[in-house]
Amino acid sequence: MFRILAKEKLSPFITMLKIQAPAIARKAQPGQFVVARVDEVGERFPISLANWDNEEGSITIVVMEVGTSTRKLACLNADDHILNLAGPLGLPAHIDNFGKVVCAGGCYGIGAILPIARALKESGNEIISIIEARSKNLLYWQEPLRQVSDELIMTTGDGSYGYKGWTYDPLKEMLEKGEKVDRVFAHGCNFMMMLCSEITKPFGVKTMVSLNPIMVDGTGMCGVCRVSVGGVTKFACVDGPEFDGHEVDWELLASRRQSYIQEEIRSLEWWECQQWCLTTAKSKEA
Amino acid sequence: MEEKPKPKLDLNRVPMPRQDPKARAKNYNEVALGYTEEMALQEANRCIQCPKRPCIDGCPVNVDIPDFIKAIRDNDMAEAVRILKSKNSLPGVCGRVCPQETQCEALCSLGKKGAPIAIGRLERYVADWEQSHGSNPRPSPELPPPTDKKVAVIGSGPAGLTCAADLAKLGHEVTIFEALHVAGGVLMYGIPEFRLPKSIVQAEVDFVKSLGVDIRLDSVMGKLATVDELLEGDYDAIFLGTGAGLPMFMDIPGENLNGIYSANEFLTRVNLMKAYLFPEYDTPIKVGRRVAVIGGGNVAMDSARCALRLGANEVYIVYRRSRAEMPARLEEAENAEEEGIIFKILTNPKQFIGDNQGWVTAMECYEMELGEPDASGRRRPIVKEGSEFIIDVDVVVVALGTTPNPLIPSTTKGLETTKRGTVVADEETGKTVKDKVWAGGDVVTGAATVISAMGAGKRAAASIDAYLKR
Repeated sequence: MFRILAKEKLSPFITMLKIQAPAIARKAQPGQFVVARVDEVGERFPISLANWDNEEGSITIVVMEVGTSTRKLACLNADDHILNLAGPLGLPAHIDNFGKVVCAGGCYGIGAILPIARALKESGNEIISIIEARSKNLLYWQEPLRQVSDELIMTTGDGSYGYKGWTYDPLKEMLEKGEKVDRVFAHGCNFMMMLCSEITKPFGVKTMVSLNPIMVDGTGMCGVCRVSVGGVTKFACVDGPEFDGHEVDWELLASRRQSYIQEEIRSLEWWECQQWCLTTAKSKEA
Repeated sequence: MEEKPKPKLDLNRVPMPRQDPKARAKNYNEVALGYTEEMALQEANRCIQCPKRPCIDGCPVNVDIPDFIKAIRDNDMAEAVRILKSKNSLPGVCGRVCPQETQCEALCSLGKKGAPIAIGRLERYVADWEQSHGSNPRPSPELPPPTDKKVAVIGSGPAGLTCAADLAKLGHEVTIFEALHVAGGVLMYGIPEFRLPKSIVQAEVDFVKSLGVDIRLDSVMGKLATVDELLEGDYDAIFLGTGAGLPMFMDIPGENLNGIYSANEFLTRVNLMKAYLFPEYDTPIKVGRRVAVIGGGNVAMDSARCALRLGANEVYIVYRRSRAEMPARLEEAENAEEEGIIFKILTNPKQFIGDNQGWVTAMECYEMELGEPDASGRRRPIVKEGSEFIIDVDVVVVALGTTPNPLIPSTTKGLETTKRGTVVADEETGKTVKDKVWAGGDVVTGAATVISAMGAGKRAAASIDAYLKR
C-alpha cells in the first residue's frame, strides 16, 4: 500500500499525485516510470515519474484521465492509498552534455519532461523548454520548468496564451532559422512525439522520445509493449521507454495502443455506472 | 508367526474423477476433482511397499513416498501430511502439476506389470485433506532458535518459495523479493485456475509465511536494489529464483499485429489479472472466435484451454512436429483434446496477415515433415516446399518458450551467464561463480518444471545453510 501525501488538480483532466514510496524515490532516475495497480480489481499500467524526493521518500506522478485506471487514480485524495506500485522501471534517459537541447512536453508529458530538463541542465546543457496545451488553463508547471530552463516557450492550440500552435511549431521555426539544436527530448502523446521527430529528421537533430505502449508487468515478461525501432522489435518496458524518434514505427505504435479501445470505453462506462449506483444508494440511505 | 496374507496385485489405478469435458470447457473450476477417501485408500492399498523404494529416487525433492502412502493406508492422515511436508513445502501444487509419469511413477515397481501407483493423485489427496481438516490457522511449525543470518531470496516462484521455506526451517531470517503484486510466480500468473486453483497456491504461500518468511511484493530487484546493494546491506547470502520470464517470439512477418499475444501475456491477463471477469476486473482480453496457439508444451495447452473458456468458437494447437514429439504432458494434451481443442500438427507459421486496422486475420502456414533426430533427440521438422496454406484466425498466442529475464544478470557484477541467458550455477549446490550468491530453477536451466525448480531451491538452501554455519 502506497499512501498519497498530496494531490493537486493541474487542469480538469490532469492530476498530480505525490506518493510515499521511499524505496522507489531512492533509485529513481529521469525517464523512468512506475507500474501501478490502484485497487484489487485494477489493471497494471505504466506512469512516467515526474519528480521524486529522496529525503521526503516521495515520488510524484502526473496523470491524465483517459480511462478507468487513470480515472480511479484521479479520484484519490491525500491519505488514500494506491494498492501496488512497482518501480523505478525502464532504462533512464540518456543524459549528457550535448550543448543546446530542446525539451518538449505535452499533456502529461509536461510533468515527465521536468526531471529530464533538470538533469540536462545540471549536466551543463543550454535548455529550451517548449510546452503545449489546447488552451491557457490546461498549461501547468511553468515555474518549475522555467527554473531549469534557459528559455521557456509556451504554446496553446487556440492561441489563448503564448505562441499559437504546438510544441513542434516553434521547434520547426528554430531549425528553419538555422539555430543550432544538438538534441531534442519529447514527452507527450504519440502524435506530438511523432511530429517532433518528423520535423527534426531532415535537420539531422537526434530526437529522443519516450514511448507509451500498453504494458502489463513492466518488467519484460509479457511483451505487449513491443515496438519496432529501426526495424527491430523491442520491449519498451525494458529496452526503453526512451528511443530514437527517427527510428520508431509510429503507425505500429498507434495501432497497438488502440488494441483495447472498445474495452476501455466499456470498462469506463461500467465503472461510472457502479459509482453512480453507489452514490444513489448512499443518498437513499441518507 | 504372524499370518501375513500375500497381497493380491491390483494392476489398474483408481481413475481420477474429472469434470465433464462439455461442462468444464465453459468454466474455470478445477478439471481434476481429486480422490475421495475411499478412492485414496483403494489406490494406497495397491502399493506393495517394495523394499527398494525406487520411486524416491525419481523425486527431485526425495519425498518418502512409500511412507506417506503407508500413512494413508493406516488412516493416519496427520502423519501423511507430516511426512510429505518434511520434504515438500508445496504438496498441493506438486500433486497437481508435477509430471509424475516421468519421475516417481516412472520408477514404480508396479509399473513393470501394470499401472504404477498414482503417487501424484495421492499426494494431492493428502495436501487437500490438510486444507480441509487442518486447524485454521494452521499451527506454526516449531522452528530452531534464530541463527541471526539473513538471506534474500529473489523471486517467489517454486524455486524461491522452496528455498525460503527450507532456510526458515533451519532458523535463518529470510526475505523474499517479488516483482509482481502477488507471490507465487508462474504458479499465479502462468498455470490456470482450472489446473491449479489459486487458493491452493495462496495456502502454500501462507505456509511459507507462517515459517517467518517476509515476502515483499512490488519489488523489482535489479531496479529497486541490485544484488550487490543487498550484499552491502545486511544480507549474508542471496538466492536467485527469478525464473524464465522473457517470452520468445518467432521473428516472422506480421508478428506485431494486434491480437497476437505471447503466452505469458495471454495467461497473465487471464490468471493474474482475471480478465475473464472483465469488466468487473479492469484488465481486458480479446476473446477470439478462431484462436491459434503456437507450440506444443503445457503452456500451449493452458493457453488453448483458456481461450476456449473465454468463449472462442474454435481453438487450434499449431505444432511443427507430430503428436509423439509434443512436450506437453499426455494428460494435458488429452484434456485439451477432450474439451474440443483442434490439433494441427506438422504445421508451422510462415507469416501473419492483418487487416488495415492492424488486426491479425489469418496465418500463412507451411506443412512440415519429420527428418532425422536433432540435438534434442526428437525428429527435426522440415518445411515441405510449396505447401503453404492459410488458416483464418483473429487471436494468436505464441507459446514457444521463455528465457530468463536479464534484469538481475545485467545489473549484477561477476555473475556468469550462458548464451541462452541462463545463470551458470553448480548443479548440486546452486552456487554461482559470484561470492555469496546462489541460483536455481528456470533461471539456471531455462524453462523446465515446477518440481525441478523446487529441487534446485532445496539443494541451494542446504548449500546456503552449510555456508552460513561454516
